[in-house]
Amino acid sequence: MPGTDERIARWLETNTFHHSEFWDMQELVRAKHEAGLTISLCIPTLNEETTIGKEIIVFKSELMDRYPLIDEIAVIDSGSTDRTLEIAASYGADTYLSADILPEHGFKPGKGENLWKAIHQLRGDIICYVDADIKNIHAKFASALVAPLIYRPEIQYVKAFYDRPLAVSDEVRPSGGGRVTEILVRPLFSMFFPELTALIQPLSGEYAVRREVLERLPFPIGYGVETSHLIDLYQSSGLDAFAQTDLDKRVHRNQSTTDLGKMSFGILQSFLNRLKTYGMASDLPELHGLFRQFQAEGRRYEQVTREIFEEERPPMITLPEYRERHGR
Amino acid sequence: MARKTVNRGVRESLLAHREALRHLREILFANVVMAGEIPAPTGYERRITRFLSDRFTECGLDNISLDQAGNVAGVISGKTGRRNLLVAAHVDKIWAESEDHTVSVGVGVMSGRGLADNSLGVAVLATLPLILDELGIELDANLVLLGTTRSFGRGDLRGMRFFLENSAREIDSALCLEGIDLGRLSFSSLGMARGEIVVELTCPHNEETSNEAASGVIATLSEIIGAMLEINRRDCPDTRILIGSIESGSGYSVPPGRGLVRFEIRSLEADRVAAVEEELVQLIGRFSGREGAKVGIEIIARRSPGNLGIDHPLVREAAGILKILGVESRIEPSVSELAALLDRRIPSLTLGLTKGENRHSPEESILLDPIFDGLAQLVSMLEFMDRGDFSY
Repeated sequence: MPGTDERIARWLETNTFHHSEFWDMQELVRAKHEAGLTISLCIPTLNEETTIGKEIIVFKSELMDRYPLIDEIAVIDSGSTDRTLEIAASYGADTYLSADILPEHGFKPGKGENLWKAIHQLRGDIICYVDADIKNIHAKFASALVAPLIYRPEIQYVKAFYDRPLAVSDEVRPSGGGRVTEILVRPLFSMFFPELTALIQPLSGEYAVRREVLERLPFPIGYGVETSHLIDLYQSSGLDAFAQTDLDKRVHRNQSTTDLGKMSFGILQSFLNRLKTYGMASDLPELHGLFRQFQAEGRRYEQVTREIFEEERPPMITLPEYRERHGR
Repeated sequence: MARKTVNRGVRESLLAHREALRHLREILFANVVMAGEIPAPTGYERRITRFLSDRFTECGLDNISLDQAGNVAGVISGKTGRRNLLVAAHVDKIWAESEDHTVSVGVGVMSGRGLADNSLGVAVLATLPLILDELGIELDANLVLLGTTRSFGRGDLRGMRFFLENSAREIDSALCLEGIDLGRLSFSSLGMARGEIVVELTCPHNEETSNEAASGVIATLSEIIGAMLEINRRDCPDTRILIGSIESGSGYSVPPGRGLVRFEIRSLEADRVAAVEEELVQLIGRFSGREGAKVGIEIIARRSPGNLGIDHPLVREAAGILKILGVESRIEPSVSELAALLDRRIPSLTLGLTKGENRHSPEESILLDPIFDGLAQLVSMLEFMDRGDFSY
C-alpha cells in the first residue's frame, strides 16, 4: 500500500484541475444534460450590497443565459440590514431569508446555517456555494467547480483554490492558503489527517458538492462548517472523493487579525469535536466556549470576551420535511 | 397626414425595441462588468481587444481580425452587402494598469473607473450582434464592428486612423459609441492641437544649486501658465487653451528639477488653432533663452475641424429619435474618433449611450435604465443608415 506522500502525489496528479481545462462551455453543458444533472448556485449573504449585484449579473449572464449550466441562482440571507436582497432580486436571483426556510426548526445566525438550509430550499443535484464578497468575480468561480462533478461521477466534493505556489528567487512559496489555513488548519491536518493537507485552500468558501453527500453531513452553523465537511467526508469516503480546481486569483476584503482569532476558535472547536466523534482524542476535557482577546489603552489592558459555540445542525436527510420535499 | 403615420411607425418601433432589449439585460450588464474590470491604458489594449474578439467569435461574426494597430474588427454580413456601415468604440481607458478597476453594481447604477469612457461603449459593441438578433433585424449593408485602440493622449486616434487608411472596405457612414451622455449629438469635430511644455534645470539640483535657480522651474511654469491664460482672455470664446494637467516636484522642501504642462488648443476654426499654436511656440522661445533652465514645447496630436452640418439627414434623424424617446438633445463637438471619420468625409455621428457622472474620476458611474434608450437610438439609427442614401 502506498504511503501518504505517494497517495497525495497521485491525488494531486489526478484530482487537481486548472479552470482552463474546462474552457469549452458548450461541451460542459452538453455533458451536464447527458448526465441528467441539475445544478443550483447558492450565495450565502449578510450585508454584501457592494458585491452581490455583480456576482448575480455575471453568473446569470454567463451560466444561465449564454450557457445553460446553472438551473437556479439563490441568495440565502442571514438578515442583512443593507440593500443586499433588494439588489440581488433586482438582477434576477431567487432570494430567501434563512429564517423563513424550515421555520419550525428556528433560525441560528451563521453562514453554516444558510448553507444547511440551502440543501432543503434548492432543487439541484449539485449545489455550488460561492461567497458573496468576491471582487473579481468570473463565471469560472462556479463552472470550474461543477465541471469535475459532471465529468467524473466518482468525485463528490470540489474545492476552489487560488494563487498557485510560485517560484520566486529559487524559493517555492509553500501554498496559497490563507493565514488561518497555514497557521491552524494545515498543522492540525498534518497531525491528524495528513492526506487532507493536499487540499490547498481547505477553508475556501467556493465549493460544489453532490446533494447525496450534503444531505448526509452534519452542519456546524459557524466557522467550522468547511473543516467539519472535509473531515466527515474523508472519514466516510477517503481522499478520492475530493477534487480541487485552481481559479488563479480571488480578490476579497481582508479580515482583521481579531476576526481571524474568532474564526480560528470556532474551527478549533469543531475540529476537536470531530476528534472526539472519531475516537481520536477521547480524553479531552470539556471545552470552554468563551474566547478571550485583549485590547490595550495606554497601560490599561481590557479583556474582550465573546462566546463562540459551534452548534451543529443534523444531517438534512434526518428531517421529514426534507425527505418529503425531495422525495428521499 | 402621411408624415404623422411615418412618425407613429418610428415611435412604435423605437419603443418596442427599447422594451424588447431588456431581455438582454444581464448579458449586456455582464459585458459592462467584464469590459470594465480589464485594465486598458492607451497602448496596452491587448486584453480588452481579446475580450471583444472572443465575444465576436461567440456571436459567429465573419472576418474577425486584429490589425497592426491592435484594433479588433468583426463583420455582420448584410443581405446585399453593397454598402458598409461602421459602429466603433474606442477600447482604451485613461487609467493605468495598476489602478483598481473593480466595478460595483447597485440598484440601477454601476460605478468604477472607465465605465463611462468607454467600457459601456465596448460592452454595447460586444452585445450588438445579439441585440440585432433579438430584434430580428437583418441589414442590407454589411455592418463592421470595430474596437479601436490608442484613442487618448499621445495615442492620437492612431487605431481609427490606421483602420481608415488600410481597410479594404469603403465605409459609407459610421457611428461612434461613448458611454455618456445620452442625448449628446456630436456631428462636428473641433480643430485641436494637443501638446506638452517641459521646463528642466540644465544642471541637476545639488548643494551648489541655489534655491532661486531650482525654484525657477515652478516660477517659470507659473509664468507660462499665466501667459496661456492671458491668451484665453484675449482670444474669442470659440478658441480656448485647455490646461489639462501640471506635474512638478514630489515633496515639500526639495525644489523640482523638471516641470510639465499638458494642454490642448481647441477651436472651430483650423487657422485659429494654428495661430494660437504659433503664438505658444514663440512664447516658449522667449523662455528658453533664460539661464539655468531649458524650456521646450512639443505638439503630440492634431485634429482638423469638421462639420457634418445640423441639417444633414443623419443629424436630423438622430435628433428626431431622441425627441421621440423624450431625451433632450445637446449639440456637443467632439475631438475623438469622429474627427478621423469626418476628416475622410464619412457621414458620422458620436452617440452617448446613457446618463452618468464623475467622468474620468475613480467614482465614474453610469445609470443602467437609460441604456435601453441609448440602445433603441443606436438600432434605429442603424436602420436609418441602412435605408439612407446620403453623402457627406
